[in-house]
Amino acid sequence: MIPEVGHFALILALSLAICQGVLPLLGAYRNDVAMMAVARPAAVGQFVFVAISFICLAWSFLDSDFSVLYVANHSQLALPAIYKISAVWGAHEGSMLLWILLLAAWTVAVSRYSSALPDTFSSRVIGVLGLLSCGFLLFTLLTSNPFERLIPAPPDGADLNPLLQDPGLAIHPPILYAGYVGFAVAFAFAIAAMLSGNLDRAWARWTRPWTTWAWLFLTVGIALGSWWAYYELGWGGWWFWDPVENASFMPWLAGTALIHSLAVTEKRGLFKSWTLLLAISAFSLSLLGTFLVRSGILISVHSFATDPERGMFILGFLGLTIGGALALFAWRAPSLDSSAGFRALSRETFLLLNNVLLVIATTLILIGTLAPLVVEVIDGGKISVGPPWFEIALAIPLLPLVLLIGVGMHTAWRSQAFKPLVAQLKLPAIVAIAAGIIVPTFVYGRFGLLLVIGTTAGFWILLVSLIQPMRSWRRKPGTPAITRGALGMSVAHFGVGMFAIGVSIVSAFNVEADVSLRPGEQVSVGGYEFELRGLRNVDGPNYQAVEGEIEIRKNGEFVAKLRPQKRTYIIQKNPMTEAGILVSWNRDLFVALGDPLGNDAWSVRLQYKPMIRFIWLGAFVMAFGGIIAASDRRYRLYANAKRPLIKTSEAPA
Amino acid sequence: MKPRQQRMLAVGLAAVGVLLATGLTLRAFQENMMFFVEISDVVQGKVPDERNFRVGGVVVDGSVTREPGELEVEFTLTDLENELVVTYDGILPDLFREGQGIIAHGRMGDGGKFIADEVLAKHDENYMPPEVAESLAKHTAAKEATIVADKKEQ
Repeated sequence: MIPEVGHFALILALSLAICQGVLPLLGAYRNDVAMMAVARPAAVGQFVFVAISFICLAWSFLDSDFSVLYVANHSQLALPAIYKISAVWGAHEGSMLLWILLLAAWTVAVSRYSSALPDTFSSRVIGVLGLLSCGFLLFTLLTSNPFERLIPAPPDGADLNPLLQDPGLAIHPPILYAGYVGFAVAFAFAIAAMLSGNLDRAWARWTRPWTTWAWLFLTVGIALGSWWAYYELGWGGWWFWDPVENASFMPWLAGTALIHSLAVTEKRGLFKSWTLLLAISAFSLSLLGTFLVRSGILISVHSFATDPERGMFILGFLGLTIGGALALFAWRAPSLDSSAGFRALSRETFLLLNNVLLVIATTLILIGTLAPLVVEVIDGGKISVGPPWFEIALAIPLLPLVLLIGVGMHTAWRSQAFKPLVAQLKLPAIVAIAAGIIVPTFVYGRFGLLLVIGTTAGFWILLVSLIQPMRSWRRKPGTPAITRGALGMSVAHFGVGMFAIGVSIVSAFNVEADVSLRPGEQVSVGGYEFELRGLRNVDGPNYQAVEGEIEIRKNGEFVAKLRPQKRTYIIQKNPMTEAGILVSWNRDLFVALGDPLGNDAWSVRLQYKPMIRFIWLGAFVMAFGGIIAASDRRYRLYANAKRPLIKTSEAPA
Repeated sequence: MKPRQQRMLAVGLAAVGVLLATGLTLRAFQENMMFFVEISDVVQGKVPDERNFRVGGVVVDGSVTREPGELEVEFTLTDLENELVVTYDGILPDLFREGQGIIAHGRMGDGGKFIADEVLAKHDENYMPPEVAESLAKHTAAKEATIVADKKEQ
């Protein structure tokens, strides 16, 4: 009964999505107030029914209703309740449902906070979001129904993939998807602007906070995914250049470019068509990511679903969405151009450079990700593109970018005099270069050119990000404080600096050793002694494990005991490595058990990872900067305007 | 800056970026492209010179051997027609086991053994890497064809 309710609710949601996608757009075209008034109630109704459907699926999981095929394949009686809930989005069908739920939630948020927008405009935005929702609902109902029955029901389920039984991965997909889907809002704003043929600075001001929120969710989602891969995939890497990771990273790069381009459009009314193109690109890359992950087209550890029918549907949807948006762009964009000017040394120039470099990085990653597919299609054999390529492809545009950030953020709009800029930045530059040379050479004991450039760039941004907040803190009474927007920018850039330092140090000074250890034996790695004290058997709720006890000492002094496990899940029989990690702000010590090698010996992986926490911490600080910036007063004025433009459209919050 | 100059600057920067990207792409790409080579081709010596490549196949039952207590391991991969001995000095992935389809990355060493620097197994035990599945299907078909041909000759 419950699954059928969920299925019907999803069909009703599709009907409402069709209303929401068709009527408001038609109403905006004909200037028909009654048709436009459908937008908000339809959006709220759609959200309610998608939520009912989602709850029904979660209920089936909690109830262990194995007559539902999806539940039978991805759950089990002994699975802890928390993972029964996260199993809802643990595989293809449910994660599509989550995607739709989040899209509906974003749409409701847009309809709630858009009462100050012109009516025709908000109708178009909500209408475009409705059409996107139609596409995903159709996809789910036609090719990936999560409520499909399995008769007769098996006595127990096949269990959730053990890799996914982890708190990090329970929250990673919802946040990542919130980011992906959030770019749909920026996309809808772009389409609405092109349909109305009117793109002014107010448009950019409305679009900015939405884009920032989407971007910060994506930032946190990617960071969580990286963190999960680090401790759960078992082997201590934090980024693998897996196509699925690239699929989330490309929209992030395009979204970062979009945020900066929007700043120019808002402040100066420039870069309009460029901003539109980036809004289309960011969402298109999100869709492409979904296509790559969900169609099973790629060879990847992440691709759980493999089905050509699904692939064709998403490809068609992708073609329709991107093609339609680009056609509209080609038709409308030329009429939107602006004629304001700026000097070579100005904020505009630096933001232009930012955009060019980010787009280059995105393109290079796209090439590396799609090349194996293209080569295979033209019958050039099977190839794969190795991490070194991605590393070069990213370092070349992004290192100059990181160095330029520091100058750009202290440059005035329109025109900047050269001397005051130099006077302001001379000291941080000298300190950054000194720190960039001293820290790697004397703290870690090695000099390398790329390493020094990387750490210098990191320290440079850390320092220059402090200038504006410090100035505000020490300002004279009565002078205005730093705006939230500028503070958010400083905080986010500070995060970039932390990230740059983390990446530079950990890639240069990471020590990794695979060794064979017998109980009582010890080995020295990265200045620490690791001793295998013993092994014992441990039973978990749905797994059995061998647990090693490893004592870590530094110069003979006790540091910590780690207990890495090798688990075997009872139903799926898959072995799983649970690493033991000793966390500290400036280094991680990482221990993972391999296999028994005979003669009581076990293979053990030992790693010393300096500054690795700065990578994720930097990403969280960037996202926090986004929150500060998005809460700027000038956006709130728009969002909270209690001026309903149509009397019949008061949507419940 | 006037709009015209501004546009020229944008176009100029984009052109420089594209040129840089193209040059870099072509050079670095060739260096970092890794080919997947079928075992039967490896056995016949058809391997890329002086560079690493990937091989894939099924781990032959009972072929995984190591000196007790030593990390270094040796196993045999098959595409169901030919076999290749692989050595690897490191920790095998969780899902590595006999009868499983895996991919190894490395180069040919002396004595016709493949020296792997990375071994990949998929995270779903029923899942066969697509390259391996294709290679197996091809060579199973080839083997059956030769058996049929042999029978005809007899």
